[in-house]
Amino acid sequence: MRAKTFQGGVHLHYHKEATASKPIVEMPEPKQVILPVQQHIGAPAEVCVQVGDEVKIGDVVAKAKGFVSASVHASIAGKVTAVGPAPHPGGRNIMAVTIENDGSGATAYAAVKGLDALSADELKQMMQDIGLVGMGGAGFPTHVKYFPPEGKKIETVILNGAECEPYLTCDHRLMVEEPEKVILGLQAMMKAAGTDDGYIGIEVNKPDAIEILTKAAASDPRIKVVPLEVKYPQGEEKMLINAITGKVIPSGGLPVDVGIVVNNIATAVTLAEAILEGKPLISRIVTVTGAVKNPQNLRVRLGTSVNELVDYCQGFTGTPGRIVLGGPMTGPAQYRLDLPVTKTTSGVLVQDRGQIKLLESSPCVRCARCVDVCPYNLMPCMLGSAIEAGDLTQAENLGIMDCRECGSCTFVCPACRPIVQTIKYAKSKIAAQKRKNS
Amino acid sequence: MLDTQVVVSPAPHIKDVITTEKAMKMVMLALLPATLFSVIAFGFKALGLIVCSMVFAVATEYTIQKALKKPVTIHDGSAALTGLLLALTVTPELPWWMIAVGAVVSIGLGKHIFGGLGYNMFNPALIGRAFLLASWPVAMTTWSWPSKSLGWAGSQMDAVSGATALNLDKMGMLQSLNLDLPYFNLLIGNISGSLGETSAILLLVGGLYLIITKVIDWRIPVSFIGTVFVLALVFQKDPIYQVLAGGIFLGAFFMATDWVTSPVTKKGRIYFGIGCGVITMLIRLFGGYPEGVCYSILIMNAVTPLLDRMTLPKRFGEVKARA
Repeated sequence: MRAKTFQGGVHLHYHKEATASKPIVEMPEPKQVILPVQQHIGAPAEVCVQVGDEVKIGDVVAKAKGFVSASVHASIAGKVTAVGPAPHPGGRNIMAVTIENDGSGATAYAAVKGLDALSADELKQMMQDIGLVGMGGAGFPTHVKYFPPEGKKIETVILNGAECEPYLTCDHRLMVEEPEKVILGLQAMMKAAGTDDGYIGIEVNKPDAIEILTKAAASDPRIKVVPLEVKYPQGEEKMLINAITGKVIPSGGLPVDVGIVVNNIATAVTLAEAILEGKPLISRIVTVTGAVKNPQNLRVRLGTSVNELVDYCQGFTGTPGRIVLGGPMTGPAQYRLDLPVTKTTSGVLVQDRGQIKLLESSPCVRCARCVDVCPYNLMPCMLGSAIEAGDLTQAENLGIMDCRECGSCTFVCPACRPIVQTIKYAKSKIAAQKRKNS
Repeated sequence: MLDTQVVVSPAPHIKDVITTEKAMKMVMLALLPATLFSVIAFGFKALGLIVCSMVFAVATEYTIQKALKKPVTIHDGSAALTGLLLALTVTPELPWWMIAVGAVVSIGLGKHIFGGLGYNMFNPALIGRAFLLASWPVAMTTWSWPSKSLGWAGSQMDAVSGATALNLDKMGMLQSLNLDLPYFNLLIGNISGSLGETSAILLLVGGLYLIITKVIDWRIPVSFIGTVFVLALVFQKDPIYQVLAGGIFLGAFFMATDWVTSPVTKKGRIYFGIGCGVITMLIRLFGGYPEGVCYSILIMNAVTPLLDRMTLPKRFGEVKARA
């Protein structure tokens, strides 16, 4: 079967070999976790514990506030030692609950009835109860996707196993090591959506995952495993949907507009664990890679300090030059390591000092390489110039709001212009203007 | 806590290898075969012109940037490339001081008057060439043939030695003298012409290298050359002769594809190439000049912003605004 794909995009060096064949290692429980109330898109959760409270693993420490929000659960058992602002990978200090481990490992959850006994409504409730969010990076509360707006219907559920960001292998390892959970999670999502149409899209640089999941899905003819071409940003929602189904999400629209819901592999596995063990979202797989002595895929309790992850991988190989949480194309660079692993921390990428070139940007030479790679058919060079000239109206006319900030334009720009950064800035400006006017 | 300083920059944190500087060097590398060939064919006077043009181009850029207290960017190679391209478009018989003036004009009037690299509307090297042709038309059209390359003309050697292959066609000399210039000579460059335009095959090699390494897009050269070929057929000219004789290959692969002055949209690039081809043939067939590549590209440069605006691609998922 030919690998499917989309128009445009870039071929990157993937650098996945350091961790692609390394089994997931369970990192020991940390002595302390810091759990921010904001690990998702939407309203921050509301803290519902006090300093001094004893909590068990799985207890809710911050409750979802409103519909588009997600609860946060204790990832270790112990005593709440602090409730207050703490450093967050987003860059600002954000309200967080600190728990000191008492070593008991006591859990507050128990196995529930299996998938067969759960109704669609119960599954959606479960997504909400376990604080499930998109674990690929965006962190959108999962349950929201399963309540389509009036008049829309979900016809297809797609699991995103593309993992198109270089270096990251956390989803790859989950697919290879826990295929039954991937399938169970997808089946649960299909049941919640009320559809019999499920896909798992995987880039062909993970042949083992394709083979194992094809085998695991053999007993369920409703589920199709689709090999995808290795190209960035293959895992971006709109591109993934386009590659697998040929459907095009209208500009400004959502996947549900074409009857589709996309979820990440880790999200599906977490849902499967909730069904099997009753376990909420308290841990995730993090690929720690790059300039560390022992790169690996770790199963980490949420709230564990990134510092401990680096230590567990035996530290840096040289002098670190840049530390990125997530993949190198979209992950934010950090200036400190005492940051908690959150629901969306897919990786810790360390770039060696020697690897880093500080690039000086020069004027646009209109080479159009950005035009050729933009998957959304935008004109990044024109957008950049319009924004620099302060003409946000022109930027809007050029479709700036359709940009999904994949960074392909900036990756190829020979003048080293910060195109995607400029676009992000302008998008936030335009959004702020709109809020002010409305 | 980190005991060392780290770089905090917005994503993406990885970068493609091609920079403006590297691309300029790759274009120069692609021109190397044709450049070396010009020295072999026309001797050291060719080398002198090339070096002179490049030196004056770079020196002009340096002087202007110093004078305007702007950062000096001669290391990016764009001025050197402009100098090289200008030299490749002139006759080997041009006096050295003329090419020096041409180089100064290319960089000064062709580039820095607009604000420097990235802001110029017209191909700087062609601005220099157009200036030279307007200022010293005789010197610019005094041609010579590489030694021993006129064997095909037999006893008529003297009659044709002052013309380019295109001149011969334009003036109908090939017919009137009953001569046949072999395609092979046109292909390898065993003919008269501007320094770097004679060897079609070497230019093709360089052009293909740039297309394969994605420094240039195939759309402009293909549509340019294709249009010339088709129009030659339409007007009952020998299409192979029209494509190989003259500056089509140098223009289509190295001038029309100039990043700054060609359209950024894919469709725009096709129209740009077609426009170049049409204007080239109009000049060759109906104009006063035997060759039209230089002016065709300059004219299309002027149309580039319009082409870009007219050919904005449909965005992914773009929905027509409901009226």
